[in-house]
Amino acid sequence: MSRNTEVFVIGGGPAGLSAAYVAAKLGARTLLVDDSSRIGGQLIKQTHRFFGSSNRDAGIRGITIADKLQQDIKDVSDKLTVLENTAAVGFYHNKEAGILSHSAYERVSYQSAIVCTGATENSLAFENNDLPGIYGAGGVQTLMNVHGIRPGQKILMIGSGNIGLIVSYQLIQAGVEVVGLVEGSPAIGGYLVHASKIRRLGVPIYTSHTILKALGTDEVEGATICRVDEKFQPVPNTELDIKCDCICLAVGLTPLIDLFQQAHCRMVHVGELGGLVPLHDSSMRTTNPEVFVAGDASGIEEATTAILAGRIAGARAYESVHGKSPQAEEIVAEAREELRTLRSGSTGERIRWGRERVMKEVGEC
Amino acid sequence: MTSLRIEHHPVLNFPERKIINFFFEDKQYQGFEGEPIAAALHAAGIRTLRRSPQKDRARGFFCAIGRCSSCIMEVDGQINIMTCITPLAEGMQVRMQKGHGVIKP
Ligand SMILES: Cc1cc2nc3c(=O)[nH]c(=O)nc-3n(C[C@H](O)[C@H](O)[C@H](O)COP(=O)(O)OP(=O)(O)OC[C@H]3O[C@@H](n4cnc5c(N)ncnc54)[C@H](O)[C@@H]3O)c2cc1C
Repeated sequence: MSRNTEVFVIGGGPAGLSAAYVAAKLGARTLLVDDSSRIGGQLIKQTHRFFGSSNRDAGIRGITIADKLQQDIKDVSDKLTVLENTAAVGFYHNKEAGILSHSAYERVSYQSAIVCTGATENSLAFENNDLPGIYGAGGVQTLMNVHGIRPGQKILMIGSGNIGLIVSYQLIQAGVEVVGLVEGSPAIGGYLVHASKIRRLGVPIYTSHTILKALGTDEVEGATICRVDEKFQPVPNTELDIKCDCICLAVGLTPLIDLFQQAHCRMVHVGELGGLVPLHDSSMRTTNPEVFVAGDASGIEEATTAILAGRIAGARAYESVHGKSPQAEEIVAEAREELRTLRSGSTGERIRWGRERVMKEVGEC
Repeated sequence: MTSLRIEHHPVLNFPERKIINFFFEDKQYQGFEGEPIAAALHAAGIRTLRRSPQKDRARGFFCAIGRCSSCIMEVDGQINIMTCITPLAEGMQVRMQKGHGVIKP
């Protein structure tokens, strides 16, 4: 079987939902596919009130933002088709892609594609890092907040960025004992409000420490941590054994980029954005003129910026099918302005830097 | 059903779901219909989902969203099933995959 659409959106997180909404609202026939059974992306597991530097959605729980986006797309159901449990598995020539659902394969021909596949979690190199009981922070959140199951009784958290801090708090809410939080740098990575919250609840925070190994033969029974010096090298004789039945890694994310490579988009490595990302301009267009990008797939950032970039990509993808439109231009101008404000604070510095590098390289190619 | 299941949560409500029976290595267990197989096994205290083909090391799930393939198992005779995203159904036969597993016609 095959399908035909004007705008093809891959991924139903905040970026993809916003892109699909805008494209359909402007009038493009749009198809959205997501490979999970519930659209919303990362948002459906985020029970905390959102951090965010602007008035857009700060202070609201992630799950509430997901509900709102899901409600929005219902308003454009005459133009927008949504397929859950459906993965985009390949890009071909002639504006064709392949999608797979419940083992049925279909072809999609599109005029513009917007790839919003999000990110995948990083692991960390240490002895026994493959033992059952070692989970990514997103994995722990999914198990706990989507399926209602605790990862274990006692957990050790590695990484003190916002994700490590927030998931620690969520674990405590779910009744899990967080036996410690380990951070390689001398200072906590995330916002201090989150850190103070878990410190008040009695979680020991080990800064300038790293995990040396997981203990146990067939599953996690504990961990050995130790102090590190300024060069992140282990300091001898500072080892400490901690008893726990699971270890949570909150050590960053990497953009999910296989589809861009299949679509022959030029890639660039930008550390500040999480690794390899597709080169793109301020319209979120990649070097393949039919392919747009938005959200974490274009560089690890946050939901609020994913929503705004998604709106830009949706408007531009509409225009590339139907021609210039003043309404699309207005959406883009508004989103760009909000993005600028969002990224202007000191916490946005690294991102700004990474984004500037992408723009510079685009200018050169 | 077990102590790993969250009964009370300050923010979330988990709806009542149908309890069903399934089998892991021929032993009967209970789980909720439609939850991922790996989640049901985890709640039942089973964390080793397979052994690695070369070094015979225990493997559990890692990402829980169908990306990393750490959780693949044999389900109803079919190998390489990502159990972290495959819904549990009544009577399912779940097994640890031996080596790379055998593809059945
Ligand atoms: C623990 C945690 C806490 C966070 N807290 C905050 C916060 O407080 N404030 C904030 O602003 N941000 C926060 N974030 C970040 C925010 O969640 C992400 O930046 C945002 O979700 C990125 O949106 P996205 O749409 O790009 O990707 P995602 O939300 O990851 O969505 C991508 C979607 O694409 C689907 N997909 C991937 N590949 C395919 C394919 N081939 N075919 C079909 N579908 C596919 C995935 O299943 C997924 O549904 C947090 C993140 C985490 C992990």
